[in-house]
Amino acid sequence: MAERIEVEGVSYEYQTDQRRVLAVRDASFTVEPSEFLCVLGPSGCGKTTIMNMLAGFLEPTAGEIRIGGRKQDGRLIDRGVVFQDFAQLFPWRTARRNVEFGLEVRGVPRAERRDAAMRFLKLVRLESFAESFPHQLSGGMQQRVAIARALAYNPGVLLMDEPFAALDAMTREEMQRQLADVWQQTRKTVVYITHNVTEAVYLADKVLVMAAHPGSVRAEIRLELPRPRDPLSDAFVEAQREILSHLGPHSSELEPERTPSPFATTRRPTGPAPQTKPEGGIP
Amino acid sequence: MSASPNRRRQVTVRGTLGIVAFLAVYEAFARSGMFSTAITPPLEIIGVAFVSSLAGGYIFLQAGATLLRVAIGMALALTIAVPLGMLMGRSRLAERALAPLVSILMPIPSLAWVPLIVLWFGIGNTATILVVVYAATFPLLFNVWTGVRTVNQMWIRAAVVMGASRACVFRQVVLPAALPFVITGMRLAFGRAWIAVIGGELLASPQTGLGKVIFDANEYLNADVMLSALVVIGAIGLFFERMVFHRLERSTVERWGMTAQTRR
Repeated sequence: MAERIEVEGVSYEYQTDQRRVLAVRDASFTVEPSEFLCVLGPSGCGKTTIMNMLAGFLEPTAGEIRIGGRKQDGRLIDRGVVFQDFAQLFPWRTARRNVEFGLEVRGVPRAERRDAAMRFLKLVRLESFAESFPHQLSGGMQQRVAIARALAYNPGVLLMDEPFAALDAMTREEMQRQLADVWQQTRKTVVYITHNVTEAVYLADKVLVMAAHPGSVRAEIRLELPRPRDPLSDAFVEAQREILSHLGPHSSELEPERTPSPFATTRRPTGPAPQTKPEGGIP
Repeated sequence: MSASPNRRRQVTVRGTLGIVAFLAVYEAFARSGMFSTAITPPLEIIGVAFVSSLAGGYIFLQAGATLLRVAIGMALALTIAVPLGMLMGRSRLAERALAPLVSILMPIPSLAWVPLIVLWFGIGNTATILVVVYAATFPLLFNVWTGVRTVNQMWIRAAVVMGASRACVFRQVVLPAALPFVITGMRLAFGRAWIAVIGGELLASPQTGLGKVIFDANEYLNADVMLSALVVIGAIGLFFERMVFHRLERSTVERWGMTAQTRR
């Protein structure tokens, strides 16, 4: 199952103590079923806000989001979400029982959900770690469990908010390879937030280039490169160059270095020690 | 991560070292002649008093009576504090309505209530148990409340995204996530309850209990009996800390890698 995502004239505005902030201005785009969309932009371009609206955590102050033809109002719609923070897994559940969670709330019988969980853990090559607790896994493994967990209940769309940004470069490349593989096997509609140009070109069918202050869509670029993609090929480098040209003067901010987002919530004192910046929250 | 047996033995040896040193200091003090050995009996005499208190299971009966009061008091405190703490952690309205009351009642020492409780309920078992309930409720309530309120929002979001209902989020996420705080609360509550029960037994005069043993021994200036009762009280406290709370922690939050919070 893969759904179409339609974003139509969506804005998001919020009030701070001093002023009104327009985080996203009039964004419109469509993600076709089974398409892989990367939303790329510098800090402050509202990409996490877009993600939070797609996931239903925030309601647009103008415009409408439809997933599979239904309006996203924070409920009912099946969607898988993978956050950047490793702490997203439930520490009191093993990897397998984390993956089972979505099936459990849908009342799937024990044996059946166990099989499904094992199938998806196998997909992310972690079947031998099924009975490990999250704190016993590395960051990359935890993110793969999170991907398996987001896929296990077969949602129509998969939303990913910089899931590999907190990983070291080598692990990140391996994760990207695996994700491309998982996507080709499951054919989900994916929206993937990133500020890394190489990552976007490696993964995406279509890249949405965002500009900051206020956050808005600057360009939509279709990538027709064959898969699996070779980051050293001329076509790959050419695609990167094209994207960078749309980013303009802000492109220096698009190094893999992470800068704090204005939408970041303060860290809660619970959970494992913070290693990553928190996911965007309700401002 | 469980400690290796070797490391555990080392910890035990060091822990014993502290106790032995303390006993040596006491023994030197008892034999120094500063006080009569009738009031500061050497260890040997305390040992004899302890052994004779074992006769007919006397000390076990007394300790059992005290423990029963603690158990009933803790059970009642849990019944009050856990639902109330959860309500306060989840509902802004309940929090606003109850927080000031909790802040006022919490710092009042439970023993300060004893004369009033005795006035209302008479001396005996009921009064003692009520003191225990009072002592145990607030540390529990406070920790459950904090635990529920500070649950990592990402876990809640992740559960909601996967389609969990409010009740399901509460059962499957908030409860386990708050467990480190709940265990801490139970620990503190048990400590307070233990203080309160002995005090209650001294002041509210039930017929049995370790506090009663100390009180009766005081009538005859039996310092050895008083001290041996103190040793029993301490030993029971140690037993619960190690056998109940430590084990509970090891099989849950420590196993889940959530101990950073409880070791603050």
